[in-house]
Amino acid sequence: MAITGLFLISFLLVHCSLNALIFLNDGGVAFNEGAEFMGTNPVIRTMEIVLFAGLLLHIYDGLRLWFENKSKRPVAYAVVDGAANSKWYSRSMGLLGTLLLLFLILHLKHFWYFSRLTEGLEDHTLYAEMQAVFMNPVVVIVYVLGCISLGYHLLHGFSSAFQSIGWNHPKYMPTIKTIGAIFSIVIPAVFAAMPIAFYFHLIQ
Amino acid sequence: MEGHLNLTLKIWRQKNANVAGKFETYQVSGISTDMSFLEMIDVLNNRLIEEGDDPVAFDHDCREGICGMCSMYINGRPHGPNRGVTTCQLHMRSFQDGETITVEPWRASAFPVIKDLVVNRSAFDRIIAAGGFVSVNTGNAQDANNLPIPKEDADEAFAAAACIGCGACVAACKNASAMLFTSAKISQLALLPQGKVEAANRAQAMVAQMDEEGFGACSNTGACEAECPKGISIENIARMNREYFSATFSSK
Repeated sequence: MAITGLFLISFLLVHCSLNALIFLNDGGVAFNEGAEFMGTNPVIRTMEIVLFAGLLLHIYDGLRLWFENKSKRPVAYAVVDGAANSKWYSRSMGLLGTLLLLFLILHLKHFWYFSRLTEGLEDHTLYAEMQAVFMNPVVVIVYVLGCISLGYHLLHGFSSAFQSIGWNHPKYMPTIKTIGAIFSIVIPAVFAAMPIAFYFHLIQ
Repeated sequence: MEGHLNLTLKIWRQKNANVAGKFETYQVSGISTDMSFLEMIDVLNNRLIEEGDDPVAFDHDCREGICGMCSMYINGRPHGPNRGVTTCQLHMRSFQDGETITVEPWRASAFPVIKDLVVNRSAFDRIIAAGGFVSVNTGNAQDANNLPIPKEDADEAFAAAACIGCGACVAACKNASAMLFTSAKISQLALLPQGKVEAANRAQAMVAQMDEEGFGACSNTGACEAECPKGISIENIARMNREYFSATFSSK
């Protein structure tokens, strides 16, 4: 869970930085160059397979944990005051992960399927496809909700991953938690800004 | 400042591990705010005995917060609404007049109900036993200064050793995980030179026993640390994970 989670966090950083090129507002020239590189470089294409493997392993681990842990308390409490001792998102990682997965299916359909498995790039660019997809207000709302789920998932997941691999030390944990909180807010906010910016024609 | 409370109690009654339990509702009146929660149950039990009913079975021993017996899940939290206390240290002044209080046993498949609010926590004993021995030289006791221990390590080991094995961590955890308990028991030895000799084996054996007892896995919600009457830190869980990983890599 922790190892695959940290791997997926490193992917988010790459994905977010590259996509943020759209904010250069150069009509997508820089972004399309980046997308072209990511789509053709053999190292990146290999990492894409590793990424899918990492994602599937993360999902498998999560489901296994959820089912196993569920069975450890056969008789449920009548009253649970969870808010008194933990954050709701730390107790809802399975729910947040499921929402993310649903979002991800839609997201892969929109852009990964378009750029990898169709001839789409022949007639128009990935940038143009983003512009087209984000004209639909429902899609924009679903993407923003997906980003909010991602934010809360990361808010627990980032520091939790370090705790799981044993990196809880009084000297480093406060820094890890601070970086985790900043990461969990900034990355989803930048992602969410993309559909919003396209929808409101803030970038052309 | 003494007051008196009238309360409605919803208490879990269960004959034994093999039959299903259910909540029974009781009214108690004239409860002093200076009573402990256990004394309030004593008042109820006195009445039940006088009326010829079966009193509510609950674990208790020292009634001063050091034995860890008084396992009660009160209004959705182990040991009730206050932090850093056991049920015997919880006073009725923490409740409002007319309040309905729900009392349940620790719920975990590794802690089967013996009767009413009493659960079998012998799984913890078996985890301790799996840890085995520490190597200590026989013969005359050596001079204490032969074994230099940094003050910080001694303090940390002592903080971990403050665990009273009450099981509130398991009760509070959404996964019924015993990682805080096990990690405290591993840490109190792993931090000291006497415990270092068998540290790797101990971590592996105790974690294996913990899994075999049917406790859940840790998802780092931190509920255990918040509800622990002795304030055991989840840093111990990270230490246990470190000990366990390194033991797994280096074991033969």
